[in-house]
Amino acid sequence: MSAVATTGAAPRQRLAILSSRNLTIGLVVTLLLLVMAVLSFFWTPYSPTAMNFRARLQGPSLMHWFGTDNFGRDVLSMIMVGARNSLSVALIAVLVGTGIGIPLGALAAARGGWIDGLVMRMTDLAFAFPALLTAVIITAIFGPGAINAMIAIGIFNIPVFARVTRGASIGLWSREFVLAARCAGRGDAAITLLHILPNINHVLLVQVTIQFALAIVAEAGLSYVGLGTQPPMPSWGKMLNDAQTYIYDAPWLAIFPGLAITFAVLGLNLLGDGLRDVLDPRVRRER
Amino acid sequence: MLSYIGGRLLSLLLTTLVASIVVFLLMQVLPGDPALLILGMNARPDTLAALHQQLGLDQPVLTRYLRWIGGFVVGDFGTSYTYSVPIRELLGPRVMVTLPLALLSMLVSIGVALAIGIYAAARRGTVGDTVVMGVAQVSVAIPNFWLALLFILLFSLHLGWFPASGFAGWDKGLWPGLRSLILPALALGLPLAAILGRVTRSAVIETLGEDFVRTARAKGLSRSAALWKHAVPNALIPVVTIVGLQFSFLLAGTIIIENVFNLPGIGRLVFQAIAQRDLVTVQSLVTLLAASVIVVNFAVDVVYGYLDPRLSRGGAG
Repeated sequence: MSAVATTGAAPRQRLAILSSRNLTIGLVVTLLLLVMAVLSFFWTPYSPTAMNFRARLQGPSLMHWFGTDNFGRDVLSMIMVGARNSLSVALIAVLVGTGIGIPLGALAAARGGWIDGLVMRMTDLAFAFPALLTAVIITAIFGPGAINAMIAIGIFNIPVFARVTRGASIGLWSREFVLAARCAGRGDAAITLLHILPNINHVLLVQVTIQFALAIVAEAGLSYVGLGTQPPMPSWGKMLNDAQTYIYDAPWLAIFPGLAITFAVLGLNLLGDGLRDVLDPRVRRER
Repeated sequence: MLSYIGGRLLSLLLTTLVASIVVFLLMQVLPGDPALLILGMNARPDTLAALHQQLGLDQPVLTRYLRWIGGFVVGDFGTSYTYSVPIRELLGPRVMVTLPLALLSMLVSIGVALAIGIYAAARRGTVGDTVVMGVAQVSVAIPNFWLALLFILLFSLHLGWFPASGFAGWDKGLWPGLRSLILPALALGLPLAAILGRVTRSAVIETLGEDFVRTARAKGLSRSAALWKHAVPNALIPVVTIVGLQFSFLLAGTIIIENVFNLPGIGRLVFQAIAQRDLVTVQSLVTLLAASVIVVNFAVDVVYGYLDPRLSRGGAG
């Protein structure tokens, strides 16, 4: 980290502007998604579950902006409710991951020794199982459904947050301010809460956006193969699966839910990139 | 170097062993009696008991684990409950679908990533760099199964270049089989290529700023010679790391992609086995998949030690 300042001022300035643009676009897209999800509780253009066989497989029009599916349901309404579904599954999954992973990682960093070794070997082990495979098995054991999908995706978030927390905080334990706090008589738990976590929260925040995006893709994937959210609750992944049957006659069915997923993930990724650039001056240099 | 590899090998064996125990215990939790599923709900108690005995389900857990893992290490993965054939026989033709698919996707990922990463790094700040990295930024966000649908829409339905689903098999020659794997491999590989390409770009940019590249330029090497002989080889370490991490993603990806394209691979087999409560098959397949991830990570560590000799000498550098 010593020989960093090799680039001139001009490209760095441009990069700073670029990064704030990342943050802006990311924020706007994420907020839009959130608004869409919240709005779907109160209002959707049509009922997302009401079938209308006279209006089945209609292309995009002024009446139905995103067209209708094989049951005559309005695709835009389904995508709005799908946003609510995706965001809530991802939110719970990330909460499970942070709620268990961060304390585990903090403990490993604080205590070191065999506890650290044990936690790290456990994460090694968890990483040996492809995330989606784990989720497939868990939903197979406990039955398909949105709640089990949340747990399944959440479990895979635990080792990620444990690793990131440990990695970011382990160096801090030998810093002067921690030694000072220890001299002042604070225990490991208090030091972690008061001094370690506030110093690594930017790293964790960026990781949250990454895991949130991954969770949205994972939920869509699980729903695509029929193990996630169950009908009649619309979900983006399930919509894509249904669309495959009608892909020749009604390609828009395959376009819009995929665009929604891409949009959501892109927004969260940009938000994460932007946050990293703004919050962590050390990585602002060159990427 | 040898003690480095030895240490890694030991941790590889341990991790695999623990993984097999975890998978085995998970399968014990799975609801549904496999014998009951085979015989149907109206099975007579004595036939049920007989089948339990035949499948070894009446044995204590530890015995069953030891029997299974003992066979596993010598390549006997047990007998499928539903197909009543050795799992190894089920595996053969399916490995010939999933393995080429995974390798092809890896090839797509690495090939495209190196091309766009090195291009963008060499032309940093130009329009080309911005466009390529912008496309990569968006591609990272595209889920592979949606990309697969879009490819089917364009290349199968409209252009008719590739089949939309199914696998032609290898017995009719290389091309028919390969043809049915090209779209799945592209759908799996391209989003990974976007991630890897971004890593490649920043790694190459970082090494381009190093002293040894400046020295190479100072001694009279051309820009491209300095790039290819000095910057790129030294940028490969982070790239190899991500390639190793992507393998796990790739395996998981094949599970879904095989479903999109109806490919008779390992992923579909895992799915069917779970749906049919074919416990031994699930157990052996999942352990095999986990083991292959562990082995690939081991290989990455070894390549790592080779690329950066300081690592294998244990902190001497």
